[in-house]
Amino acid sequence: MAHRWKNDLTHADVTPEQTYLNRRQVIAGLAGAGLAAAAGPLSAETLEPNSWEEITTYNNFYEFGTGKEDPARYAHLMKTEPWSVKIDGLVDKPGEYSFQDIMSEMTIEERLYRFRCVEAWSMIVPWNGFELADLLAMAGVQDGAKYVAFETLYRPSEMPGTAYRTIDWPYREGLRLDEAMHPLTIMATGIYGKPMPNQNGAPLRLVVPWKYGFKSIKSIVRITLTEEEPPTSWNQLAPREYGFYSNVNPTVDHPRWSQASERRIGGGLFSKRQPTLMFNGYEDKVASLYEGMDLAKNY
Amino acid sequence: MRIKWPAFTKAWIWLRITDVLDRFNPYLRKLPVWAVYLAGVLPPVVWLWMGATGRLGVEPISALEHKLGEAALQLLILGLAVTPLRRYLGLNLIKFRRAIGVLAFFYVTLHLLVWLVLDVQVPQQIWADIVKRPYITVGMAGFLLLLPLALTSNDFSVRRLGPKWRSLHRLVYVGVVLGGLHYVMLVKGFQIEPLIYMAIIAVLLLLRLQKQSKRQAA
Repeated sequence: MAHRWKNDLTHADVTPEQTYLNRRQVIAGLAGAGLAAAAGPLSAETLEPNSWEEITTYNNFYEFGTGKEDPARYAHLMKTEPWSVKIDGLVDKPGEYSFQDIMSEMTIEERLYRFRCVEAWSMIVPWNGFELADLLAMAGVQDGAKYVAFETLYRPSEMPGTAYRTIDWPYREGLRLDEAMHPLTIMATGIYGKPMPNQNGAPLRLVVPWKYGFKSIKSIVRITLTEEEPPTSWNQLAPREYGFYSNVNPTVDHPRWSQASERRIGGGLFSKRQPTLMFNGYEDKVASLYEGMDLAKNY
Repeated sequence: MRIKWPAFTKAWIWLRITDVLDRFNPYLRKLPVWAVYLAGVLPPVVWLWMGATGRLGVEPISALEHKLGEAALQLLILGLAVTPLRRYLGLNLIKFRRAIGVLAFFYVTLHLLVWLVLDVQVPQQIWADIVKRPYITVGMAGFLLLLPLALTSNDFSVRRLGPKWRSLHRLVYVGVVLGGLHYVMLVKGFQIEPLIYMAIIAVLLLLRLQKQSKRQAA
């Protein structure tokens, strides 16, 4: 299925930051995704993206430390060139795919998404990237595959946070295949038309906008198609607190805090909490994936 | 490899440490208590100003909350360290112990207020959090435990309560443990910092136990 996509956008073509900032009203989500037609009432909500500073100085990337500002401080230590992603498991063409080769095959588009952290804060991020489905098609998904497992780079010499076993490194995440193939699921390679900053998961990361942020694994070096549900880091660490699905759900609380509301970053010291939306506002597009499932049990 | 110091080297190092610390004592004697209160009250004012002007990062509410909580715990620990510092290292901070304790309570209260007013905001949510979230229950219990100590931290209460005052103020040991536990329970994953605080608290409490058992034996 290679060469199915014409690579007609480079970073230089992507909307520059100033254009984003001038555009006060942006339709939620789906620029160029072919889903605009299916847009529900929520898509009429206006989303104003968070600033570059907000997006790049307030991060959770425990490989560089547990403080929110640690990734911005230390992520420059991570070498992202050369970079390759090993795609293996139940695929037709397993192997090491270099970042350049992937980029030359993919069409980069803009996606303005809500981003909801499990810690009850949120941002609006103008990602650049391509659909994960396109990358999986490149490797050829075999019939028996039911899940996709992801792994973050683990290179202690460049990642001071890994000196402590905060997590059983490397960081791992996973999706059900239908979630991975959903058009909202992207591999992001940039923000505001600029290459992905290291602290946000350079050079490429997953973004699944209807799930809590920790599902959107950063700096991916391995993608494995599996038949069984793969182990995922936070679920292994605290299964009672973090489920495999981890869909944003205001009605199912984290055992230690409420998920009913969230704080949008950027509101300052007196920022008001706002209600959290079911599936982070993407209910009309993804609820069908979970039909018949008890979401309180499959949290 | 474990270094085996000759006994005289150990004694010499010990002597040097206590010697250096002892040099602070004359200055500490001259330092008025009000200066300690003033120095203690200033940081929250500065942090509030920093938070309001975008100098505490892009999420100032959590930043302020965490700074206040951490400082409260540090002051509680410092209060606990006053006696061992004097007994084992000869550094005399007794004069400031009340100020340290009162300031610790001041920080705990501000930490609680930031959580109530700026963080959670919704009154129904506050009660739900206190009863449903163990780390908040523990933190709240710690605050309530410290409240009577703060209220009786005046000369009148000391005279009025007599020997009962000492027993009452031993509650601070439980308060510090609850504070440390509150920190251990709220972090995600295996994080080292809250465990370091907990270890220091444990050492300081053990030093007291040791001393008490000696006193009983004698």
